[in-house]
Amino acid sequence: MSKVSPKAEEILESLWIATVEGDDVGFLLSDCILSPEDLQEGIDELVKLAYVEVKGDRVYLRREGRPEAEMTVRRHRLAERLMMDILDIQGAEGNEQACAFEHLLHQGVDTKICTLLNHPTTCPHGKPIPPGTCCEEARKQGSPGIVPLTELKSGEMGEIAYLAASDGKKMQKLMSMGVLPGSELQLSQTFPSYIFKVGHSQFAVDDMLAREIFIRRPTK
Amino acid sequence: MAEQQQPLPKVVLVGNPNVGKSVLFNVLTGAYTTVSNYPGTSVEVSRGQCEIAGTDYEILDTPGMYSIMPITEEERVARQILLQETPHAVLHVIDARNIERMLPMTLQLIEAGLPIILVVNILDEAKRLGMEIDLQKLQKNLGVPVIGTVMKRRQGLPELQQAISEYASVPHKTFTYGSDLERDVTRLATVIKGDYRFSKRATSLLLMQKDEDVEQLIVTGENTENLELLQTLVRDVIFERRADLHLQISMERKKICKQMLDGVVQQTELSEKEPFAELLSRWTVNPWSGVPILLLVVYFGLYKFVGGFGAGTLVDLLEGNIFEEYINPPVINFVQQHVSAEWLFELLVGEYGLWTLGIRYAVALVLPIVGTFFLMFSLLEDTGYFPRLALLVDRVFKKIGLSGRAVIPMVLGFGCDTMATMVTRTLETVRERIIATILLALAIPCSAQLGVILGLLSGVPGALAVWLLAMILVFLLVGLLAAKVMPGEHPIFYMELPPMRLPQLRNVLVKTLSRMQSYFMEILPLFLFASFILWSLKMLNVLEGLIGALSPVVRAIGLPVEATSAFVFGFFRRDFGAAGLYDLQTNGLLTPAQLTVAAVTLTLFVPCIAQFLMMKKERGLRVSVSIFVFVSLLAFSCGWVLNKILLTTGLLA
Repeated sequence: MSKVSPKAEEILESLWIATVEGDDVGFLLSDCILSPEDLQEGIDELVKLAYVEVKGDRVYLRREGRPEAEMTVRRHRLAERLMMDILDIQGAEGNEQACAFEHLLHQGVDTKICTLLNHPTTCPHGKPIPPGTCCEEARKQGSPGIVPLTELKSGEMGEIAYLAASDGKKMQKLMSMGVLPGSELQLSQTFPSYIFKVGHSQFAVDDMLAREIFIRRPTK
Repeated sequence: MAEQQQPLPKVVLVGNPNVGKSVLFNVLTGAYTTVSNYPGTSVEVSRGQCEIAGTDYEILDTPGMYSIMPITEEERVARQILLQETPHAVLHVIDARNIERMLPMTLQLIEAGLPIILVVNILDEAKRLGMEIDLQKLQKNLGVPVIGTVMKRRQGLPELQQAISEYASVPHKTFTYGSDLERDVTRLATVIKGDYRFSKRATSLLLMQKDEDVEQLIVTGENTENLELLQTLVRDVIFERRADLHLQISMERKKICKQMLDGVVQQTELSEKEPFAELLSRWTVNPWSGVPILLLVVYFGLYKFVGGFGAGTLVDLLEGNIFEEYINPPVINFVQQHVSAEWLFELLVGEYGLWTLGIRYAVALVLPIVGTFFLMFSLLEDTGYFPRLALLVDRVFKKIGLSGRAVIPMVLGFGCDTMATMVTRTLETVRERIIATILLALAIPCSAQLGVILGLLSGVPGALAVWLLAMILVFLLVGLLAAKVMPGEHPIFYMELPPMRLPQLRNVLVKTLSRMQSYFMEILPLFLFASFILWSLKMLNVLEGLIGALSPVVRAIGLPVEATSAFVFGFFRRDFGAAGLYDLQTNGLLTPAQLTVAAVTLTLFVPCIAQFLMMKKERGLRVSVSIFVFVSLLAFSCGWVLNKILLTTGLLA
């Protein structure tokens, strides 16, 4: 799949939001926030790919362009989720970061982030995130890739994906004990407390903490 | 005397809990001053001395710490040593099996510019797990001396001693982090002008992680202008990196450790069958087998061994036999012959005499009970049972506002509530500490008292059951209530489970002896003091007044007036009171119901003077006085209610 430029992606994104999610037929070129030169460049690129067509002041999304536009929107909203949920960057800065970030989510990075975020269906603003192939596969498998420790069965193994950062001190403690993203973990008991092994050491945590340790299940 | 003025060069032991620091300390110093080595009781720094190659050194053993950025109080104690002392060498002791996990702290220590020697301990067990560690290579990678040891068997001791005596501080290697992190570290480090124990690089990193002690240090260490500049910079960096700073630092360190360990550790897979220790460990943490095991431990360990053997056999032997027949008569005779003044006779060997009450109680009655308890406690502690007990009871303890971690002070309370009150400082939140202090003061009888009460009640069928039920009920009700009304954050439970192992007899004995020693040192003066007070009260005829004043209360809960003195004594030592009841019981002055009510009230009643003083020290005057008043009121109300219940139902009649 040929990669379109960031400018073209911005145009596709706006088109998708206006025409597929909104009721507009096409998109007024004068509504676009890009500078006229950038806009022209982007449009030229997309026209060459036959993703859009321009009629007068209005640009239309063609059938051929739909998959690409859908994925562009998907990348943007995944980026928003990542910024706001995991990295806890809120508000305008979060939006800004997400806008810059979405253009980097190519070549499977979007799949990884989607898996990391446990295949979210909506963005932080409540708009739907178009599902990718990874979401379909996870749905078929019935087991999402990344789950909190509480969802694992005893005896199950996995890799620590990330620690949710609700309480800094406790996370620090876990990290200093060696419970770090990337380490292999094996759960051995779930009641009355969660007992797991990392390396040659065993740890016990309560369910409040277990809920904040996220595990990537091994792909079968 | 000239060399006395020169302080000895210091060697500081640091490291995670359960890596053999205390064993190393004992091996180096040959001292019997060991403090426990499992999370929860070791809250102080032990100091000892040793001579290596003709030079005397002072050895400091610190409580376990996971990182040089402290989170709990005990880690703070350990870190404080590093921040304040100027050691000749710092021995970072690690468990070879978990080298990958513990090496990040080595990096931090090296980064702080401390004179580090890395001690890779427990090599034998690592080998058993199929790990081969190339220490030479690790030493080259890290740039600090690395010594492999099996301290249990003194392997590697000569090499370690040589490394200490030949230690020469060379500039450490710098481990480089990601470029963005480096940029921020440099930004701060170039502004720091003061002189600190830790390197500027480490200080900068700790400031970025909002370390309060280091923040305090720069307030005094920097001039006003520079301080402001530095604080602004720190705030900027913290703000910019608010999302993931801790994680990034941890991950970067992990990456560096991976590089350090590249080619150092060879792991061969062993397919041996599960060792018995693992199996036992699984039994203790599974509720279905864990609860029966707990009951067995309580029955055999506490009831049979401490209650039966300690409070029964040993006390009978010491008190009934040795003291009553062989020691007391000649002593009393001797005093009678040489002392004519009645007040002095009373002071020495009278009813509340220093000898007859103070020494005899402390040595013959309390010491055997406390001694057997500490033996049991040290034995269990060294097997690694307590962390497993903690996770087992965590859910129940959450209901009373505590985390499972609090089980350790609670269990210790059955030995000595005073010691346990001190240990509550290992709990993480103030809320937990206060709730634990209340429960210790109220419903956990110390072993001395427990011994006497068990002896007292075991003769009366059903009384023990009623007493036990009342205690558990009060414990849970007060805990539930405290958890409801106390403000503050709720506890979170996490704990490392050290592998279960067979305790080493020598270690257990050393621990027991040192605990008994510190207990004895603490209580003997108090016993003497209490005897003295009681004696002067008696001499001044105030005792009768006091007993008279309290007697309506005692009568209200259905007890004979004679029992009042037991309560007055109870304030001086809880077991004094219980022992007072014992006298009443032997004289046949109490009915079974009265005995039970008295035992319950007395167990709940105010803690002894020593515990009160410890409460004041740990929690402050206001909190401890409130606890005192609350506990006293509750004790008598419970006694009153229990008396009414027993009278109306005719139970134990």
